[in-house]
Amino acid sequence: MKDIVISVRNLTKKFGSFTAVDNVSFDVRRGEIFGFLGANGAGKTTAMRMLCGLSYPTSGSGSVAGYDIISQSEEIKRHIGYMSQKFSLYNDLTVWENIDLFAGIYGLGRADTKERAVKLLRRLNFEQERDTLVGSLPLGWKQKLAFAIATIHNPEVVFLDEPTGGVDPITRRQFWELIYEATERGTTIFVTTHYMDEAEYCSRVSIMVDGEVRALDTPAHLKQQFAASSMDEVFRTLARGATRGE
Amino acid sequence: MKNNFISFVKKESLHILRDKRTMLIVMLIPVILMILFGFAISTEVNNVNVAIVAPHRSDGVKEAVERLASNDYFTFLGYIDEEQADEYLRSGKVTAVIVFDTEYDRNVALAKSGVPVKPVIELILDASNVNTAGSAAAYLQSVLLGSASEQAMFETRMLFNPQMKSAYNFVPGIMGAIFILVCAMMTSVSIVREKETGTMEVLLVSPVRPFKIIFAKMIPYFTISCIVLVTILMLARYLLEVPMSGGVGGIFALSLLYLVLSLSLGLFVSTITKTQVAALLISAMVMLMPILMLSGLLFPIENLPKFFQAVSTIVPARWYIDAIRKMMIQGLPIIAVWKDCIILLAMTALLLAVSLKKFNDKLE
Repeated sequence: MKDIVISVRNLTKKFGSFTAVDNVSFDVRRGEIFGFLGANGAGKTTAMRMLCGLSYPTSGSGSVAGYDIISQSEEIKRHIGYMSQKFSLYNDLTVWENIDLFAGIYGLGRADTKERAVKLLRRLNFEQERDTLVGSLPLGWKQKLAFAIATIHNPEVVFLDEPTGGVDPITRRQFWELIYEATERGTTIFVTTHYMDEAEYCSRVSIMVDGEVRALDTPAHLKQQFAASSMDEVFRTLARGATRGE
Repeated sequence: MKNNFISFVKKESLHILRDKRTMLIVMLIPVILMILFGFAISTEVNNVNVAIVAPHRSDGVKEAVERLASNDYFTFLGYIDEEQADEYLRSGKVTAVIVFDTEYDRNVALAKSGVPVKPVIELILDASNVNTAGSAAAYLQSVLLGSASEQAMFETRMLFNPQMKSAYNFVPGIMGAIFILVCAMMTSVSIVREKETGTMEVLLVSPVRPFKIIFAKMIPYFTISCIVLVTILMLARYLLEVPMSGGVGGIFALSLLYLVLSLSLGLFVSTITKTQVAALLISAMVMLMPILMLSGLLFPIENLPKFFQAVSTIVPARWYIDAIRKMMIQGLPIIAVWKDCIILLAMTALLLAVSLKKFNDKLE
């Protein structure tokens, strides 16, 4: 149990009479890529928000990076990175200014910021784009930059909310290479996605239907369990039982 | 964590500096409004076209007409027949027709010796614009009376604004409106924009405290508003020649308070709206209308129905405009308007408290 980074027990979130997340429990291990799958409206984003300290659970408990999600949300915020499905950098700032801003937000010193920023640009092969306005970059580049910036403070866990929405397959592949690189540095990845081919890249996958986690295992085991040839088939089998619409 | 606050102020300043068009509009609108209201739009009576019906052009009549013609406010179009008067007024050629009695000279002499006589001058005015007609009538009477009678009359002295310049009246009003527009609209839109683009979510997941995000946003807008304030005061003082005899220091201090109030109002709007369009509509329509109608900018508060008088007490601009008028035109020191100051201060505190409470770090 020592290397559990995210631990959730009986997590529930209700909005009035609607139960968005229903009694969810799971653990995420250090350094793994945890795929959090589900159709639209299955409760993925709500669950993720509770883990990030953006909303309180109605009942249940959980911890992220060793901090309690109810009482220590400020501590959690220091130790996680976050990238939302909407593009979350500032289009009217340059690449460098965006890096500088987020480094400042996470309290990195001037020298530290510069060192990490230079490394980051080199890793992404972005050195010439240093002073380009982010708004004029292609979407795929923006997403890669957003991911790199979300991990600039070496967080223990990075939450990615549909990070590759609307990105072409080649860039998606490159994006996943960045994710692998991050896990090699010991970062844990918690990712929601719509693309089932991406689910295959995950260490373990959970599938949410109607606010509940219906399946949780490695992609290989899940395929075996459901006698399916792909994650897509597994997902379809499970999602067929969904009663909630979009 | 002082570092991240500075990073934020820098970021907000860059947003503003990069958005040249918005910045230009914010800087230019006050200047345009000042010039527009100061010169073009005025309730002063200017260039009133006057025609005269005088069947018997006696010396007395000629003298009166001469005085009228030499007055800058009136344009003397010439003598016409009585039958033409109606057509002249209808076609809009003239605003006023003055009819002299045939017995003008004799009646004036009689009136002087104390004999009660019938009116000797008839003023016919086009009252389709009530304001112009009223002012023109009053002014025509005073110009013509000099010849008509030397009888004891009211001696009227207009204090504080002897020339009845409308700029004196409008400048404080425009200031009251502009700062709400610039500060409230810009801050609310800039906060809501981040909600819309999703960057706010990222900021809220970061360890930055929400109040820091907000104050960092207010600082650059406050700076811009200060520049606008100085511009307006300079224009008012040197272009429109508003006296400001109460001391610029007091006017400036009160205006700074009003700026903070407007920023808080913007903050409040941003906490109750989700889209930029909604924020814009609320700041522009919902806030601007009461400012125009209920703040004393266009209509005196005393003239409003009782209900609207009551409503006007929650319009911040009402108190600001009232205080600025007293300080700018009547030349009172800031101590004299302490009541307005306290009301504005209380409103600021309330708005800030409510908005900060609403703008917490949870998304729902």
